[in-house]
Amino acid sequence: MATMRTLVQPVDHAVELSRAGANVTGSGSALLHLAGRHPLGLIGLVIVVVFVLVAAFAPLLATHDPLATNAATSLAAPGGQHMLGADFMGRDLWSRIIYGARISLAVGIASTVVGCVIGAAVGLVSGYWGGWVDLVVQRVNDVLQALPLLVLALVMAASLGPSLTNTIIAISIPVVPHVARVIRASTLSVREMPFVEAARAEGMGELQIALRHVLPNTLAPVIVLATAQLGSAILTEASLSFLGLGIPEPYPSWGRMLSESAAEYVRTAPWLVIFPGLAISLVIFGTNLLGDAVRDVLDPRERS
Amino acid sequence: MPGETATLAATEPAAKAAPAVLEVEGLKTWFFTRGGIVRAVDDVSFSLSEGETLAIVGESGCGKSITALSILGLVPSPPGRIVGGAVRLRGTDLLRVDEEAMRRVRGNEISMIFQEPMTSLNPVLTIGAQIEEALTLHQTALSRAEVRARAVEMLQLVRIPEPERRAKEYPHQLSGGMRQRAMIAMALSCNPRVLIADEPTTALDVTIQAQILELILDLQRRLGTAVILITHDLGVVAETAQRVIVMYAGRKVEEAEVFALFEQPLHPYTRGLMGSIPHLVDETTERLAEIPGMVPALNALPPGCAFAPRCTMATDRCRAEMPPYREWQAGHFSACWHAEALMTGRSPPPLAGEG
Repeated sequence: MATMRTLVQPVDHAVELSRAGANVTGSGSALLHLAGRHPLGLIGLVIVVVFVLVAAFAPLLATHDPLATNAATSLAAPGGQHMLGADFMGRDLWSRIIYGARISLAVGIASTVVGCVIGAAVGLVSGYWGGWVDLVVQRVNDVLQALPLLVLALVMAASLGPSLTNTIIAISIPVVPHVARVIRASTLSVREMPFVEAARAEGMGELQIALRHVLPNTLAPVIVLATAQLGSAILTEASLSFLGLGIPEPYPSWGRMLSESAAEYVRTAPWLVIFPGLAISLVIFGTNLLGDAVRDVLDPRERS
Repeated sequence: MPGETATLAATEPAAKAAPAVLEVEGLKTWFFTRGGIVRAVDDVSFSLSEGETLAIVGESGCGKSITALSILGLVPSPPGRIVGGAVRLRGTDLLRVDEEAMRRVRGNEISMIFQEPMTSLNPVLTIGAQIEEALTLHQTALSRAEVRARAVEMLQLVRIPEPERRAKEYPHQLSGGMRQRAMIAMALSCNPRVLIADEPTTALDVTIQAQILELILDLQRRLGTAVILITHDLGVVAETAQRVIVMYAGRKVEEAEVFALFEQPLHPYTRGLMGSIPHLVDETTERLAEIPGMVPALNALPPGCAFAPRCTMATDRCRAEMPPYREWQAGHFSACWHAEALMTGRSPPPLAGEG
């Protein structure tokens, strides 16, 4: 009995319960509880939210017209009228970075969504109906996956020509095989679940079963993939624009801003390289942290 | 049609004279595999009257579930094929209607409850949404609100407390017994004529089993649904069914009224199944009798009686010739060369493991 007593530790019930999340009531406090367990994820979330807000309220935050040129302020140093300086055409760097967030966000979200939707459809058809369709789709996927994301996007962008829509298409196509593969794999296991059989016994058609019963059960890994993909899409857009294949002039794209200045002005006006580069790094950092946290929360296999 | 269903059977007692709702005749469901033809269901016939409970009993792999899936036209194909027979639902042969017509039958006129309440419900949809599903598929005249109200009503019918709240919950928030109740609510939501319950209590706790069986029987009495109860548990059969079919290796080996069957089984396999039920009143401390051996591979059945290799009564004739399936007493059928001996001797020769 004596040893028993030493093993039993005094328990603060309130502390134990709050650690277990017992006082989590609304979705707001549930979020707080999650944030407490994933502090890095919270940082990522804050960065992404700030990024989205900046993009949304760009006209309010920008001090100048991002497209207005001014020979007088060409290559102006940071400070004074231009907080972060101005480029060789005299355009305000701060305003261009703010508006650039819009381009990055639009390309990132649109290409991720387009890629995921097409990928999900392809994966679902391939996994649920199988047969020769599956065989053909999988071989095409193999070919697409064999090429690096950037190379594939480069080829796409080069053949489509530079424009916002084409950039989105070029970035979303390489996403398709990844999403399709993930959806197909879960579809293969979900379609054998008894509830699919039960839905058939209920008189439901195959298409409806696939959409209503199978698809929702395969989405969790795609949400993880999509969050990670967001950062990668933004980076790819910057890379494409850096290479002159992305967003055309005069729209402010972070990647283009880097490429315009990197060669000629990196010594004379380093702020033209530093600030857009920081913006890209910060957003990628944020989306990656958020992606990791989302994976930890949604994927029980990754939990320690 | 659906409106008629409710009134039709509710007043009808479970009488023998009631017309047959479902007739299965010479059903043959075979699987064509690399190892040869697997005769999962071979020449199975039975009929089911309104409000009746028919039990299909047998070990795993004897063809019970494939019989059920054949009735619903859900045999996985390939490799499965229904190669012969007829399944008549009030005169219409379901094996000869197209897929679309068959979809209108499933869940509407013939429903099914599955063994595993844990995995037979979709984890990402609420209980209410899943009950509403069958209603929106078949009762197209109902409005959204009516469908929702009916789903809650069904949950109440299967005695789930706080049905409004439960309808909004997900399967993982319910206990096993509750989930099986929800499955029953789903299956009965369109007032089917026939309910196929495939091992409905196997995955449940013993204390819950009795409740679920009682619930199925009570609802059957109230709604007049005919029930096909698939089980391997003769204890469940004794409590619930009026008539019993014993299947072995894809074939019917015995069929009788439940009392006649328990009183005097006319097939050694049935006796073996009964010998393996523990008796509370029995004062002996002997081991339970077991049937030696296993169900033979269905693609390599012996030429004679499929049960012969495991049967203590087996003779050379059993091993060489398939015994005919015939009526030995009124309403009592059996396929055994020794049925007569089993019938005359009140205490037939002991089984292996007995005494």
